[in-house]
Amino acid sequence: MSEQESSSDEIMSSEEEEQQQKEGFSYWNLKDVERGQLPPHIRKQGARVHCKPDAPTNTETLQYSGSYAAMGVDNSLRLDPFRENFRIKVIALDKDKMEFDMIGIDAAVANAFRRVLISEVPTMAIEKVFIANNTSVIQDEVLAHRLGLIPLKVDPRLFEYLSANDTPNEKNTIVLKLHARCNQGQPRHTVYSQELKWLPNGSEFAKESEKPDSKPSTYTSFSCSQDSQPEFAGNPISTMEDIIVAKLGPGQEIELEAHAVKGMGKTHAKWSPVGTAWYRMFPEVVLLDKIEGEDAEELMRKCPSGVFDIEDAGNGKKRTKVADSRACTLCRECIRGDEWENRVSLHRVKDHFIFTIESTGALPPEVLFTEAVKILEAKCERVITELS
Amino acid sequence: MEHGSVRDPSSATFCFVDEDHTLANSVRFALNQDPRVSFCGYSIPHPSDAKVNIRVQTTGDPAREVLKDACQNLMVMCQHVRSTLDKAVDDYKRNPTDMDTK
Repeated sequence: MSEQESSSDEIMSSEEEEQQQKEGFSYWNLKDVERGQLPPHIRKQGARVHCKPDAPTNTETLQYSGSYAAMGVDNSLRLDPFRENFRIKVIALDKDKMEFDMIGIDAAVANAFRRVLISEVPTMAIEKVFIANNTSVIQDEVLAHRLGLIPLKVDPRLFEYLSANDTPNEKNTIVLKLHARCNQGQPRHTVYSQELKWLPNGSEFAKESEKPDSKPSTYTSFSCSQDSQPEFAGNPISTMEDIIVAKLGPGQEIELEAHAVKGMGKTHAKWSPVGTAWYRMFPEVVLLDKIEGEDAEELMRKCPSGVFDIEDAGNGKKRTKVADSRACTLCRECIRGDEWENRVSLHRVKDHFIFTIESTGALPPEVLFTEAVKILEAKCERVITELS
Repeated sequence: MEHGSVRDPSSATFCFVDEDHTLANSVRFALNQDPRVSFCGYSIPHPSDAKVNIRVQTTGDPAREVLKDACQNLMVMCQHVRSTLDKAVDDYKRNPTDMDTK
């Protein structure tokens, strides 16, 4: 197409449009798409999921670099625009929960972060329980399982993994003791997780030795006390408080030692550092026409999460406005029935993620996320070194 | 581990042991956006085996190099995510009401 034609196309006057309408629709009269630029509807398809009453459309992300090659658009990954556009906005942050917006990243990477958080960020959890005495109604194996699930408030980065032929030592094992008893004549005693006491010097239970006269040994071989290390001095290792471990009737007793080791959530969920970590795409609510009067009130009533509000359109008229699209849960009540579908449009922004992390207490949520990103980096690094 | 042909290094299948969708899908994303790649995809041959196969076909460059570059790109993205998060958290801690950060 010549330059002249393209410029004349752009300045199609209203007379021409009228002329077109008289002659009827023809593809030949449509404007040409400028090369190197995507038409708005394709751009929208790529950027938004359209949530229709029956099913969402445009859910896929087009990643292939040549997706739009026919239109002269290069879809390949550019790190500079990524750096330019990528943003993180912290919405809420406290010691065990964090919500933030991650904008300008693909779902593949956001999902990788989520998966790593749940199953590959290590923590410490009770793995072995040595039960010396248990006369309670709760069975040994059930008790051991319950203990395993109690979160330990300790930084796992200070410890090493205990491999199969390692001996438990101060670098890879935390020993906790529990001794609870309910005396005769007393009311029932509830054992809470805070009754687990840290033993910085390791196991106190003597191992039965096979050879007589050999040196007495315990189930761990600590070369020094853990509380002599600067990280733990004045900062004893504790568990999450107020978790009921067992209930003891009069005369019942539990005496045990629990050994916690480092592990990952993919081995067992007790090592998962998060209660859960999830994300949702940012909901976008668009009003396709003016909704006024009765309809405005009806729309406000329809929405259970209070997305819409009513504004004054002047001379006493009421008009709907979108007050809080973030609150939208995509229940789709607002586009149900009576042609509402043509008046309100629900979208999700494909590269805007509302990420939430609930920590179990070992590490603060922002540190967990940083660790997760580091783990993904380490995975890439591993591939690179293996291929080199 | 690479399964490819000696004569044609431009297409190969790579087998990552002890990896899953986490890495494979992110690498596929990075590969897909590389203009040198004509095809890429991944599969987990059996859910009980901890391994993934990643297929890379290029327009001529060695598949191995292209895969390495994809991993490198992914790493750079991760580093940027990390520094951005650190900054966002710092800003939030300093001033919880003003949340916007670039």
